[in-house]
Amino acid sequence: MKKVFQHLNSTAVPLPIENIDTDQIIPARFLKATTREGFGENLFRDWRFDANGDPKPEFVLNNPLYKGEILVAGKNFGCGSSREHAAWSIGDYGFKVVVSSFFADIFKNNALNNFILPVQVSEGFLHKIFSAIEADAEAKLEVDLEAQLIRIVASGEQESFDINPYKKACLINGYDDIDYLLSLRNNIEQYENSREFNF
Amino acid sequence: MGKTLVDKIWDQHVVVSKPGFPDALYINTHFIHEVTSPQAFDGLRKRGIPVFRPQKTRATADHNVPTINQHLPIKEALSRHQVEMLTKNTNEFGVELYGLGHPFQGIVHVIGPELGITLPGMTIVCGDSHTSTHGAFGAMAFGIGTSEVEQVLATQCILQYRPKRMKIEINGQLKRGVVSKDIILYIISKISASGATGYFVEFCGEAIRNLSMEARMTICNMSIEMGARGGLIAPDQTTFDYIKGRQFAPQGADWDKAVAYWQTLHSDADAEFDRVLTFDAADIEPMITYGTNPGMGMGVTHHIPSLEQIEDKERPSFKKSLDYMALEPGSALLGKKVDYVFIGSCTNSRIEDLRMVAGFVAGKHKADNVEVWVVPGSKQVEAQAKKEGIDKIFEAAGFQLREPGCSACLGMNEDKIPAGMYCISTSNRNFEGRQGPNARTFLASPLTAAAAAITGVVTDVRELI
Repeated sequence: MKKVFQHLNSTAVPLPIENIDTDQIIPARFLKATTREGFGENLFRDWRFDANGDPKPEFVLNNPLYKGEILVAGKNFGCGSSREHAAWSIGDYGFKVVVSSFFADIFKNNALNNFILPVQVSEGFLHKIFSAIEADAEAKLEVDLEAQLIRIVASGEQESFDINPYKKACLINGYDDIDYLLSLRNNIEQYENSREFNF
Repeated sequence: MGKTLVDKIWDQHVVVSKPGFPDALYINTHFIHEVTSPQAFDGLRKRGIPVFRPQKTRATADHNVPTINQHLPIKEALSRHQVEMLTKNTNEFGVELYGLGHPFQGIVHVIGPELGITLPGMTIVCGDSHTSTHGAFGAMAFGIGTSEVEQVLATQCILQYRPKRMKIEINGQLKRGVVSKDIILYIISKISASGATGYFVEFCGEAIRNLSMEARMTICNMSIEMGARGGLIAPDQTTFDYIKGRQFAPQGADWDKAVAYWQTLHSDADAEFDRVLTFDAADIEPMITYGTNPGMGMGVTHHIPSLEQIEDKERPSFKKSLDYMALEPGSALLGKKVDYVFIGSCTNSRIEDLRMVAGFVAGKHKADNVEVWVVPGSKQVEAQAKKEGIDKIFEAAGFQLREPGCSACLGMNEDKIPAGMYCISTSNRNFEGRQGPNARTFLASPLTAAAAAITGVVTDVRELI
């Protein structure tokens, strides 16, 4: 099935921690699979499970109050290793949107390439989202990609977010970068032939 | 107006630039390893397409490989499978592999430069964030995800938006006992783990110019730890001298032509940067990190910040970090007992790093309470160390010289630091669990790590040299 992302209305899971690196999202020892599936079971592995593999009740993903297709996290989300497995594990677990006040570059690209929408909001709006979820675990967020708006449904407070127009079109229409690059084949060969130094 | 070095290289590699679209950039060299490539090869199979330019991709096995008994089959089934898949994929798609047992095998960011594959002015990518290492040669090198690995295999191109440009100038001379690792840990401690996100960083200034190529690689390697897309240093005579005569470097008339071109690769005097930072090398001390991101670093004689010194909204993350490390806000690290010393990783596993450590430990012996692992960056580094008798110095000091790989930098193989233990490490990340579940990492230079190996505690190396 072709993947797309257009619109989402969902409850959210709050993770108000800053600088969440991709080693926390999926530790290196779980990167040994050679397919893209199944990484969700080890999402946030060492925060979610103890050394015996038992769930840690204090971690938000083990708290039955919080569920939904939106993950809300502190600033500089996805820093560190370039492992795309981080995006795969977030998607495989069932998240379609990650909201933060700041994203690391490589993670942002990896997420978009997997039809997961990174929504960057202001520190102030992030704080409002955390407060709304704290007040009511059932609080819903609405994300409208076409309009580039994120809204706290109950209060109606909203903020617009940036996304580059190319990636927006890819998400809405289900295109991927390779389709576009393959269409440039002639240009690529012309470029190669024009180079004095083609190393 | 003049151009920055990044813009010069960028402009040389734009295949197609269309309004509303990211630029399609041509990639000169693509490195792959076993962990982030299998799904990309699968993607090609699903589309029924070949690798477009197989001679421009080079593969090695590094992340998963054991660092003892590499001649035996890999014990751990999943690791073995991943390494076997790399062999299968590279055979099937016609990509050159420097796998286990090959004299060129090693950490991907160590072998590219030492083989003369990494050259000034190139665009270089790899499914690994420390690809920025190759920027030390005046190349534009950056880490990518697996979907992008597939793009490069399929088309030799990648889609990118032009980054902002940052200049970081380090003026003056380094003090005794301070090395390039300290420079980069110092910069990251000043601007934070996200201080350069969105930027490509050019490092310059007298202190950078005076560094060897291997020391420059350590600086560029950790650009990603401040969030930068990449880091680079304009090539100069030091660069050309390093490259000349290496396995895949240009030769004869090609060499002269290449050098003439490389000499044009510098930012113009009137080039504008989006951000400029200037530091004085004399302010830099031997550094150590105390927290769980590389921005949480300080001079080795300093105290960890107290809670009052941390902004209100950052306190929960700060406290979480110190709880993980089992350290008190406001305390000092000098004299803190360490359990492991790891000298290795794409940051500090080159021959100069091993020479630096050997020079310091010759005639000394490790403390009883520490286990010391030295993991060379490549088979060539390992062979050179043995040729110079460095292996004997390590043996006499009680250090284990192992075989090449990423090892305890990320603990994908057996080389994990046990839970609760403290490791002083020359690697690049002190994230929670990075070196093994619940392992605690202090990042430092090879000299500072070696000093701790001898004393068994966090030590100011300047007192021992």
